[in-house]
Amino acid sequence: MSLVAAASGLIGVFALTRRMTLAADAISHIALPGIGIALLLKIDPVIGAAVMLVAGAFVVWALEKKTKISTEAVIGILFTASLAIGSIIIPVEEDLLDALFGEAAIFNSLELALGIPLAIIIIFLVLKYKDKFTLSFISPDIARTSGLSVSKLDLLYLLLFVGTIVLGLKFLGALLMGSLIIVPAAVSRNIARSFSSDLLISLLVAVFSAFVGFVVAAHYGIATGPAIIMVAAGLFFVSVFFSE
Amino acid sequence: MDKPAILTVEKLRVSFDHNVILSDLSFTVSRGGTVAIIGPNGAGKTALFRSLIGSIPHKGSVTWAPGVRIGYVPQKLGIDRNLSVTLRDFLSFKRSILHLPELVIPEVLRYVHLGEDKLNVPLGGLSGGDLQRALVALALIGNPDVLLFDEPTAGVDLPGEERIYHTLHELQDRYGITLIFISHDLNLVYRYADTVICLNRSLVCFGSPEETLNEDVLDKLYGSKIHHHLHQHE
Repeated sequence: MSLVAAASGLIGVFALTRRMTLAADAISHIALPGIGIALLLKIDPVIGAAVMLVAGAFVVWALEKKTKISTEAVIGILFTASLAIGSIIIPVEEDLLDALFGEAAIFNSLELALGIPLAIIIIFLVLKYKDKFTLSFISPDIARTSGLSVSKLDLLYLLLFVGTIVLGLKFLGALLMGSLIIVPAAVSRNIARSFSSDLLISLLVAVFSAFVGFVVAAHYGIATGPAIIMVAAGLFFVSVFFSE
Repeated sequence: MDKPAILTVEKLRVSFDHNVILSDLSFTVSRGGTVAIIGPNGAGKTALFRSLIGSIPHKGSVTWAPGVRIGYVPQKLGIDRNLSVTLRDFLSFKRSILHLPELVIPEVLRYVHLGEDKLNVPLGGLSGGDLQRALVALALIGNPDVLLFDEPTAGVDLPGEERIYHTLHELQDRYGITLIFISHDLNLVYRYADTVICLNRSLVCFGSPEETLNEDVLDKLYGSKIHHHLHQHE
């Protein structure tokens, strides 16, 4: 879980730089129809979610490439439609709640075998491409004249982003996983005075929130996902006082 | 023009949806030249720049001389004020992407007369003039052969603008960089450009400022009589 939180903390810093805070939150909703279909087919819901999210990343990428003003609106409609479809096709109410908010479960051995390497790969790639991502998100034109392929970087980032959502889906659900990406980065944005400290603080806030949320949830028998996000949100309100 | 061409543009056409931004634009830029692009708002100046760097789709051809390195200075940066990226981070991004040593950072800062004390300031905390210098410094990393400079419309005062053009001119004298700049200030155009491209969705004039910028051309560009007085700079 710490690895998942670390990946979330790192990936979130770039989501804020890319100004995709709302889209970032919304994109996780596209997991829902995938979870629904997987439950109907009686396969692991995470697989269904992963397929839908990767497809969603390509859709967002293709839409953004067109640079139409209405992209945000289209993304909003696409993802609320996903939410609606997901809630209709997920048959059991309890499953729907788990899909939305996560469940207090532990990773099985297959999930660990796939999840740990995936988290490490995401963290490695984010750190490897951090300079390229940031320059291309700040100014695609400057990035282009610096020899970068902005479009490929965008796609890579979106795939890493949905990869991170897949990792946290089981504990936080489709509604809350986007928050574990955005909230720690927003906390860090209030405090950090340089890019490297931004990455470090966001990572630490995400890991701390996950750890404390986990312990609190276990101790008081409440849902893990909401507990984690409550901790992160609490840190955000504290960080507001440190913001310049 | 005896010098070899660094850029050849032929029948360039840019359109968004059904709105034609630029049409039938052809011109050549010589290596080491200083070219000013002028025209009213909405004339397609920034669209021209963005098609020169391959940022927006276009028809016709844009041909740079082989191996040309371009430094691009945008009009503004779309960043949030509280972005954590400092000037040092910003310059380091490009430095590390191009695998250049640390010492290029103080070097480019010296070129643009920006103090190293600004390195730890977040981009959002820089003044308009300093941010523009930072953008020029970034563009200079990697020793570009050509600098595309889009004039900022806000945040830079007139003396600040004068200083930056003076700096660019110095760089050009010293390193022979080709400079293509967009400007609204005809005095700067007269003072620094050897060639002017007048744009109003298509080419209105092309040539030396002294020969081409007559009242008729300015009238055609800006729609009203502009009497330009050169005497203060002569």
